[in-house]
This record gives sequence, structure tokens and C-alpha cells, in this order.
Amino acid sequence: MSAVTATEQPLLSVRNLEKRFPVRGGLLQRPVGWVKAVDDLSFDLNRGEVLGLVGESGSGKTTAGRSILRLIEPTGGSIRFNGQEIIGLPTAEMRAQRRRMQIVFQDPYASLDPRQRVRDVIGEALVIHNIGTRADRRDRIAALLEKVGLTADAMDRFPHEFSGGQRQRIGIARALAVEPDFIVADEPVSALDVSVQAQVVNLLGDLQRELGLAVLFIAHDLAVVRYISDRVAVMYLGRLMEIAPSDSLYERPRHPYTMALLSAAPDPDPDAPKTRMLLDGDVPSPMNPPSGCVFRTRCPFALPACAEPEARTLREVAPGHSVACIRDDVGAGMATRA
Amino acid sequence: MDADLTLDIRNLQTHFTADPGVSKAVDGVSFAVRRNETLAVVGESGSGKSVTSLSAMRLIPTPPGIIAGGEILFRGRDGQVRDLARLSERAMRSVRGNEIGMIFQEPMTSLNPVYTVGDQIGEALRYHQGLDRRAARAEALAMLKKVGIPAAERRLDEYPHQMSGGMRQRVMIAMALACRPTLLIADEPTTALDVTIQAQILDLMRRLQEETGTSILFITHNLGVVAEVAHRVVVMYAGRIVEEGDVRSLLKSPKHPYTRGLLACMPHLGQRRGDGGRLYAIPGSVPSPVNRPAGCTFAPRCALAEPACLAAEPVLEPVGPDHSARCRRWRDVQ
Repeated sequence: MSAVTATEQPLLSVRNLEKRFPVRGGLLQRPVGWVKAVDDLSFDLNRGEVLGLVGESGSGKTTAGRSILRLIEPTGGSIRFNGQEIIGLPTAEMRAQRRRMQIVFQDPYASLDPRQRVRDVIGEALVIHNIGTRADRRDRIAALLEKVGLTADAMDRFPHEFSGGQRQRIGIARALAVEPDFIVADEPVSALDVSVQAQVVNLLGDLQRELGLAVLFIAHDLAVVRYISDRVAVMYLGRLMEIAPSDSLYERPRHPYTMALLSAAPDPDPDAPKTRMLLDGDVPSPMNPPSGCVFRTRCPFALPACAEPEARTLREVAPGHSVACIRDDVGAGMATRA
Repeated sequence: MDADLTLDIRNLQTHFTADPGVSKAVDGVSFAVRRNETLAVVGESGSGKSVTSLSAMRLIPTPPGIIAGGEILFRGRDGQVRDLARLSERAMRSVRGNEIGMIFQEPMTSLNPVYTVGDQIGEALRYHQGLDRRAARAEALAMLKKVGIPAAERRLDEYPHQMSGGMRQRVMIAMALACRPTLLIADEPTTALDVTIQAQILDLMRRLQEETGTSILFITHNLGVVAEVAHRVVVMYAGRIVEEGDVRSLLKSPKHPYTRGLLACMPHLGQRRGDGGRLYAIPGSVPSPVNRPAGCTFAPRCALAEPACLAAEPVLEPVGPDHSARCRRWRDVQ
């Protein structure tokens, strides 16, 4: 748990981040509209802290993660990393910053080049960043492989020779090779079987503590997110709905969407409280999101005022706990999972 | 076969030719689905759960696959029991989609993109029940309403790509239930869906089962989903059943170390960071189906394994009322 003093500067400071994609249509493929995949996203991440980012498909969580690393170019807002604004940073300077920020992808089958040996998969970033001599690099790769629970002789093999869990370990070793301060883990265990998922979650947790990494942990499995995160942010249709310390969010959720997500998560305990809060309908089209609170069309507690622009404002309701909902009276009736 | 059984699978063997050798994807599996009951078959990749369900529908691609042994006894609407493992392909076509409904994981790939959903639901009704176009359309509309699709009249003439994943899965369910099957086979029907949509679909399936009394064979890897829908559970590992029982005693007091491990592996919502330090993890990975260990297939990954476990496979023995486990040391599983 990271105790943060007021004077400590966050490692990462995201303000009003926006990523719009053009929607093309017609014969000439002209833009006919825009989708705001990420809209007005702001949060801070401290050194050594894990922030979980949850949301369903189309919530913008993956786009947010990639925009923050500028793997896709944001269309607005500010990202300060280590005190430096990285939006608009020229390529060479951005490359220097990239050494400090890395990503672990969801699909361990698609994210490793099948023609590269493991040694080159992991070593490529070291070469790009001019780290070490050839022999140094070899030692470092061997040490990394052992750190992620593989043996050094794995370096001469190809990705197809490994299972899904082992590939994800290789992906983690690759991200750690350049000794970053910050990692975006984009659904790192979603494609794995449950028994293997636990191995990889433990590994990520151990490495995070040992190396003091800051992690943006993107996932849709709420239980895994709570297990690994210090704080959790909930996104819906491109917008931040709620952000809070993990215990506060899971035990006293304030946003009806967070409550719905928590109540929908299937629990293998037959005695778990089954207070279902079933949402009607589907997520609206992101091309034409509702005015005001984007969740109001599915929200069982929506009021006319929820359609007003003010309903979007994030307000702090408890220390470090902010919510974008104008109602204060809906949390009480909700069974929590303490 | 008992009168209250809809499906009775006995000693099923489904094999695939591999290079080299034979992959015994399903290796001697027996279970039964009762009337009005949801039986969940749980397992990880490679457990044989999907091959079991595909065998029951006779959808195993041959070659390389073959149902090498066993019986798949199915009681039809007329009360007659037939062995699906030996039924002709022609007879099987009148069972599939008619007496046995099917729902798959990916609604986009299991719906035909060039027909409207109304035509697709109606097709089964016209083919199996001999309804004319008009009657089939009316029935398709009624089914869409039943599965909770808003503006069903308009949706009837839409194509699958115009719908969301959750809507498409509702269409699949409407299609699967249109002919009032006695058995519904659902293979990971909510795996591709978001949790709030998954909750809607599970709720719908529960409600429809109460209304229609259809038996459901529910294939899933998610023990949380099992707790939501199942009456009884079969746990598969490496082509074999390792534990079987009613949902409550199996999830509350699992008696096979594998089931116990699977449950312990999953963090639950109430688990905080740092609670108990690390997640329990089952070491190693599932053995190759071509070269499984002798004795208990789980023994190489099991903390309780003793020399006897490696020598001979334990039998599936009763460990409680309606609960059995294939483990020599089940009394030591806490």
C-alpha cells in the first residue's frame, strides 16, 4: 500500500485525456462522425502504486492505456510523466521516456513475434535503448527469465514452444527488460485458464512490490482487480464514473454503474448475497452518447437532472473517493461485499 | 435408463488421431442430465468439456475425431430412448436443433450473416415442425419477445450484424428453444459477453427453464457462473471426470484436490490486497492428451499425491449424498 504524502509528486498525472476516432462512411470514406473512446479522463498514479482500471467492452479502458503510452496519439488533454509533459514530445525524447514506461498485452499468442527467439523478444528493447554489451544483455535476459519463473535455456527457443502462461511470463520479462517505473498491464490474465491465471497474478504482484513498479492494471474481472490494486477506477462509455481506494470502492460503491458491475460478477460461493441489480438494455452507441451522465439511459436511479451537463462532474465523496453521480442516496440499499 | 433422465452418457470415448498417437480428448466419461435440471460441466482448456458436448450433438469432425466407444442415450419428446452415438446422420438431423437445442460461445459466428434473424429462427420451425412461412414468422416473433428483445417486430427483419453481442445471444437462445427441445446444450454461452450482459442472459436462461422445463447441459470454465445456474456439477480434468455432485456440496466442500485448487485460485470480490498474501496457484499445467501420466492424471500437480496415486488411477467413489470424487485422499481435502 503506498502511503502518499501531500508533497510527493505523482509519477503519472493524466488530465482531461481525450481520444477521438473518426467514423468514416459513404463512398469516399469521409468522416461522418466521431467516437470519443476516451473523454475527459483525469487521474494520478504514484510511484509503486497499482491502479486498477475496469469497464466493459467499449468503455475505453484499453484506448486509455494505449493513449497514455502514446502508442496511439491522444487528441486532447495532458499526460505528465515524471513531471514532464509527454503529449507532443518529439520522437527522440519520447523514446527516452518510453524506456521508463512499458506494456504487457492481453493475448500472449498474438503479442510475441513467432519468428523471434525468446532472447530477441526480450532483448530487442535493450538493443534499441543501447543498454549493455552483447554479453551483458545475455546475462540480463537470463536473469529476467529466472525472475519470471522460467529457466535461462528458454532464451534459445521460439514462442510456440511455450504454453499460454509461459508466454505471458515472457511478455512480462520483455516489459521489465528496460527497468521501467511504470507498466500498463492490459488484461494480462484474461486469456489464461484459472489455474494459470493465479500463477501470473502472483508473479505480477511479487514483481510490482519487489521493483516498486507503478502499474495501470486494466481488466474486466473485478475480483482480480481488487486483489492486485491499491485504487480502482471504473469507466463507462469513455468516461470515468468512479475512482477510489480499492476497499472503499468494493465495500461502499457510490456509482450505480459500479454497483451493477459488482452485483453482476458471478461468485462461486453459493452463500454469497445474490442482490442482483440487473441492468436493462445495452451500452448505447458511442457515436451518439447520452447527454449529461452517459449511464443514465440504463440507470435505475436516473432523474431528469441526470441529462444536464453538470451530472458529468466528478466530485469527492470521501477521502480519495470520487464519483460522477448526482445522487447521494442510492448507496445505502446496496448490499456490499466486505 | 431412468424415467426422469433426459440424457444419459455412459463411458463415452471420443478420440482424435494425433501425430504421433491418439489424443483421448474424452476418456470414459459418464453422467446424466435429469428432467428440469441444469447440469454444468466445468473444466479448463483441454479438459474435454467441449468435446463431450460436441459428441452429444454428434458434431465431432470425422476424421480426425471419432466417438470410439460408449453410449449417448437421449430421451426424445415422444419418450423413446435412442443412442445418439449410433444414430444415422439423417436421423441425427431431425434431433439437432429440434429435440436438442444448441447455443455456442460466439453468437456472431454461429448466426448466418446473410439471413435476417426472423428467417433463421423460422427456418428450424419450418424444417422440423412443418410450419408455413407465415406461421413460422409469427412463432419467431413470439420467441423474440420471450427472450426479451425490445421492439421485436422491427428486430425480426434485422441481420445479426445490426445487433449487439447480448442481443445476438438472445437470438441464439430464441432459435435454440423455438422447437421446444427437451435438452438444451449451452457451450460457454456467456463467455464472450460483458458481466452485466452475462447476468441478463443467465437470468433469462433460468427463467426460461422454469417455464419450459427443458434440461440444460451447461459447459463452462467459470465456477461463478456454475453457482448461478447449475443444480448439479461435473468437474472434468484431462478427459476424465474427477468430481461430481450437487452444486452446493461441490462448491462448499469440494473433495477433489483439483476442484479445491480451482476454487482457491479464483480471487473473490471480498478479497483485499494483501489478504493472505498470495493467491493459491496450482503448479504446472494440464498434461498433453497424447501422453497422460499413469495413475491419477492430476497427481503430478497435486500436493496430496502419494506413491499409490502414481501407480493406479483411483475410482470415482461416493463421498457424500449425491457427491463423488476420484481421489484416494478425499478425506484429507479441506
